[in-house]
Amino acid sequence: MAQVHLRDVVKKYGPLEVVHSINLDIADGEFVVLVGPSGCGKSTTLRMVAGLEGISGGEVQIGGRVVNDLPPRERNISMVFQNYALYPHMTVRENLGFSLKIAKQSQAEIDKAVDEAAEILSLTPLLDRKPGALSGGQRQRVAMGRAIVRHPEVFLFDEPLSNLDAKLRTQMRVEIKKLHQKLKSTIIYVTHDQVEAMTLADRIVIMRDGHIEQVGTPLDVFENPVNTFVGTFIGSPPMNLLDGVVKGNELEFADGTRLPVPPGYAIQDGQAVTFGVRADNIMPVGHALPRGEHMAEVEMAVDLTEPLGTETLLFATLAGTEVQAKMLNPRPVQSGERMTFQIMLDKCHLFDAETGASLRK
Amino acid sequence: MNRLKLPPWLVLLLPAIIILSAVVLIPLVLSLYSSFTSYRLTRPDSIFNWVGFFNYEKALTDVKFWAAFGRTVLLLTVALNLEMLFGLGLALMVSKVTQGQRLLRTMMMFPMMFSPILVGFQFKFIFNDNVGLVNNALQSLGITDQAIPWLVDGQLAMFSIIFAEIWTATSVFGILILAGLYAIPRDPLEAAKVDGCTAWQSFRYVTLPFLMPFIYIAMAIRSLDVARAYDIVQIMTNGGPARRTELLWTLIGRTGYVDARMGYANAMGYISIFLAIFFTIYFFKKLTQSRKELGMGA
Ligand SMILES: Nc1ncnc2c1ncn2[C@@H]1O[C@H](COP(=O)(O)OP(=O)(O)O)[C@@H](O)[C@H]1O
Ligand SMILES: [Mg+2]
Repeated sequence: MAQVHLRDVVKKYGPLEVVHSINLDIADGEFVVLVGPSGCGKSTTLRMVAGLEGISGGEVQIGGRVVNDLPPRERNISMVFQNYALYPHMTVRENLGFSLKIAKQSQAEIDKAVDEAAEILSLTPLLDRKPGALSGGQRQRVAMGRAIVRHPEVFLFDEPLSNLDAKLRTQMRVEIKKLHQKLKSTIIYVTHDQVEAMTLADRIVIMRDGHIEQVGTPLDVFENPVNTFVGTFIGSPPMNLLDGVVKGNELEFADGTRLPVPPGYAIQDGQAVTFGVRADNIMPVGHALPRGEHMAEVEMAVDLTEPLGTETLLFATLAGTEVQAKMLNPRPVQSGERMTFQIMLDKCHLFDAETGASLRK
Repeated sequence: MNRLKLPPWLVLLLPAIIILSAVVLIPLVLSLYSSFTSYRLTRPDSIFNWVGFFNYEKALTDVKFWAAFGRTVLLLTVALNLEMLFGLGLALMVSKVTQGQRLLRTMMMFPMMFSPILVGFQFKFIFNDNVGLVNNALQSLGITDQAIPWLVDGQLAMFSIIFAEIWTATSVFGILILAGLYAIPRDPLEAAKVDGCTAWQSFRYVTLPFLMPFIYIAMAIRSLDVARAYDIVQIMTNGGPARRTELLWTLIGRTGYVDARMGYANAMGYISIFLAIFFTIYFFKKLTQSRKELGMGA
């Protein structure tokens, strides 16, 4: 069991800096998810913790030890790779026991640990097969089994589910969460899928272009995004953003539409802002949640609908921008139908129009 | 008119069949036939003198033949194993080089570009006891004051031949193993690092199993080469001294052309082919097996 600390960690490939001085403190037993768009430096960061990439600057600590110059085998970590990275010439049993064999454990100890891991991951009937004879989901479980047999201090996962189909992914997500509850070890998990991040993490780390944008619990980053990037990246569908100007107690949008200013933001008269509202907080009257304290109403024409069963996504145009709204207890809606929508202002966001940073007090 | 109707596929294949039989089948059948005759180059009509298995019996009971056979197997075993080791080392080093790798790869191929005859002459000169490079170097360095008879002493001559073989053909292993190194997926190697492997253990447990198919392909190719080794030996020692470097094909060549006993030479040739066939089958079996290990192929 161990904490992990990243202090001003930098990664450069030649002159190209891809991770810019990031800081992160991970508590013992915590499940931290690094999430961000492809190419933002998540894998690079994880691989620096693993010891598979050199660290160009700063310091990585695992369990109180600076590990910058230690090879992976001395860091007491194990890693699950996106492409499983199984040894094709070894059976499942040999794959699982390989690290213990390298650590010169006795055959009896190896067998015990392998059987235990196989039991946890329901791999027992597959122990004598080779990876070539396994399905994607089974290979993924072997990769996880290989990681857990050693009881490492820290588990590292690099997009372990991205090669699985949607159904299996949901299933494995649950298994990973159960595994964490059982093993209680520190986990750093990389994904580009915000749903995975939200469902798995104790804390989410949102990265963009080699920077950490925000760190927080799933609910925290969902409810209080520090900027428009986090607002649109976390949550599905992405947060609607509309550019406007503060006019007294109201926001005025490009086409003259006005809405009351949401409460709780530090703004000045005449300031250019970006107004953010999630689909969950803009709903047609009669198909919405109970009214909150601060409400506003707008009329919009519906362009397109996406029925999802318990709710329907409505695509409409507000002040010249396409916005997505949600309809509870849905009824069929004609394209072009004009509906009155209510907006829950308490749940809306204001960002600086220039920097995108949240203006929350 | 009663024209012979051939099926179209046969008509289309006919040119290929004719050419193949002309260049492959006819010489093959002819040589096989002559191995059952007492054919001598000096007496052309002897080709019709059928002697049955006499030539084969003679070869199989001939000490000289078996000595050459044994020597060929020895050369094959020693040269192939050393070439494999050196080729592996070479490939590993080249794969680690970051700059100028293309140039190095091309340079690796150089020895293969020389004709074996040229290589034979080159090493004949290098190992010559009077004017040779090796003796000159050894003497100038004061390591020895005598002329070492590299090509005259039986064992040293065998060593010199093996040396020349290795020099020409290590790059066959080098290139094929290098191709194998390029084909190894990065993931299992990284997994091995995380699993606690040292560089040597990663090599032993992950890299090497991935390379085995490539090594066996190189072995198969080279075993065919060495089993019919002729030119280098012919030039360097001519099978001497006193037949102590006589290999199968130098013996066969001598029997067929110098002694003019073509029928007998062909019989020995056909027996020798089994050696090549044996090694080829053996290495292909190994190849299939090692690919199966890796979960490739059927
Ligand atoms: N070996 C490399 N050489 C140069 N640039 C690299 C190398 N590996 C990754 N990068 C760059 O670093 C950035 C971050 O990559 P990565 O950490 O893999 O992103 P991701 O968040 O998708 O995992 C990318 O822009 C990528 O192009
Ligand atoms: Mg990645």
